[in-house]
Amino acid sequence: MNHAIRAEGLVRRFGATTALAGVDLAVPTGTVFGLLGPNGAGKTTAVRVLATLLRADEGHATVGGFDVVRDAHRVRQLIGLTGQYASVDETLTGAENLLLIGRLLGLSRADAKRRARQLLADFQLSDAADRAAKTFSGGMRRRLDLAASLVGRPQVLFLDEPTTGLDPRSRNDLWDIVRALVSDGVTVLLTTQYLEEADQLAGEIAVVDHGRVIAQGTPEELKAKTGGQTLTVRPADLVDLGTVTAIAAEVSGATPEVAQNAVTVAVNDPGVLPAVVSRLDAAEIAVAELALRGASLDEVFLSLTGHRAEDAPADTDLERTPA
Amino acid sequence: MTAATLTPALTPTRRLSPAAGLRHTFTLAWRSLVQIKHNPMELLDLSIQPVMFVLLFTYVFGTAIAGSSGEYLTFMLPGIMVQNALFATMTTGFGLNNDLTKGVFDRLRALPIARWAPLAGRILADTVKQAWSIALLLGVGSILGFRVGNGLLGVVGAFALLLAFTLAASWISVLVGVLVSEPDKVQIFGFMVIFPLTFTSNIFVPTDRMPGWLQNWVEVNPVTVVADALRGLLVGGPVAGPVLQTLLWGAGIAVIFAPLAVRGLKRRV
Repeated sequence: MNHAIRAEGLVRRFGATTALAGVDLAVPTGTVFGLLGPNGAGKTTAVRVLATLLRADEGHATVGGFDVVRDAHRVRQLIGLTGQYASVDETLTGAENLLLIGRLLGLSRADAKRRARQLLADFQLSDAADRAAKTFSGGMRRRLDLAASLVGRPQVLFLDEPTTGLDPRSRNDLWDIVRALVSDGVTVLLTTQYLEEADQLAGEIAVVDHGRVIAQGTPEELKAKTGGQTLTVRPADLVDLGTVTAIAAEVSGATPEVAQNAVTVAVNDPGVLPAVVSRLDAAEIAVAELALRGASLDEVFLSLTGHRAEDAPADTDLERTPA
Repeated sequence: MTAATLTPALTPTRRLSPAAGLRHTFTLAWRSLVQIKHNPMELLDLSIQPVMFVLLFTYVFGTAIAGSSGEYLTFMLPGIMVQNALFATMTTGFGLNNDLTKGVFDRLRALPIARWAPLAGRILADTVKQAWSIALLLGVGSILGFRVGNGLLGVVGAFALLLAFTLAASWISVLVGVLVSEPDKVQIFGFMVIFPLTFTSNIFVPTDRMPGWLQNWVEVNPVTVVADALRGLLVGGPVAGPVLQTLLWGAGIAVIFAPLAVRGLKRRV
């Protein structure tokens, strides 16, 4: 298979901290690959190595078939980078920021202006074209960041936590943009702490913790890895909550949880659902909701790392500041 | 959306030509200068502060120190040009640190441009700003009565010498910009070092009016040396000695601080 990004045994230390402890990645061309992990897991360090900004202490990597160290200049012609740290110039206007990058990429003044106008229109920033970027809202800022990384029509796009701190609507807008890019054939490496984001966008996910890839696969494979599905039953009448809990416990053999007037229980046997239905029927209990769901990535993460993604220590600077 | 991507430009090239590096430098210098358009405060900084200093010193201290404001202006203007130029070098470190902390530097480094262009572009832009300040000070000075003694050649020589010296001194600013954690600390450094350094020179007060112990320092202070060279070129008096010493100081500063700054920058990013 043709891989747009390949990494083997990447190790990077900052003083006593090991940000990358041997990372292997293989991202097929034209797909979205998600690096999922909490703050300080090493995601940003991995992106910085792949985007030629940082040298790994050990291991090697190629982007578009070119070595990120020996052929860094070629790699830079293929990539776009949008991240928490790769940012636009706040004192310039939206249009000037894009013009600057177009000019640096060797476009003529007229071509660079045309490209800037087109990208601003694509990203619904035309109205803000002549305003300084520091006056932009968070969502507009991210869109401008993304537009800036697309001026050179990259084949490989690195998105380092592209939606961190965005409201849900801006997040959805950004997701749509990423999907459109991928349908155009761009390969995307996305880092995120949001399990939902990886689930929504990525065809394949590597879960990273403490500088290592601890699990890898499609979202479905990862969910299957934890084995479980969950069954949720919400009785129409709250009086039946106790009976429903008892039935769920008896049929599944697991301990149900009761929350928000619904009973949830982990299920491993496909026979459980029909059995529960017939028992509820026999007991003449009316049901408002009955659902069997695959485990969420949140649960996957918890079972893989022993901690939830969100309550990881907030040492964002760890990856960035060489000790 | 198709417009946003597709068709990667060309087969990537292996190397950059030096001409391309120069083009990148000019583009990035444009970027630093166009900022002034959106941030008029910066222009005020570049313009009002030096003019204010000239006015204040000429009329507040002039008569007390030199007997007349006109005479004092002749004595002090070359010196205040040096002081202003040194303060202005801090712009380089401030802007660089801002780019480093805000992530602009990373974005630039991920582009296929010459590695030295972001720094060179900034220094070029700041040299243009320096030239503006020097011209402004000379202009305001002549309006207030400063008389050039050595004609156009002297003015051009002074201009070139001061620019060359600030170019060297800006490496100190680059080093500070690379080392400190946030842009404001560059300003604080500038304030704490440049203020005492320039006031313990002969730019405002002649050396023989100071206490003896201080005179020894004032004589070797590079600010004194540069100010003397500018006085020689603009007003009259010895030229060769102070100019040579200024060039040696500049070379010494550049030889020490440029490698340190570049090394620091490579470590930081």
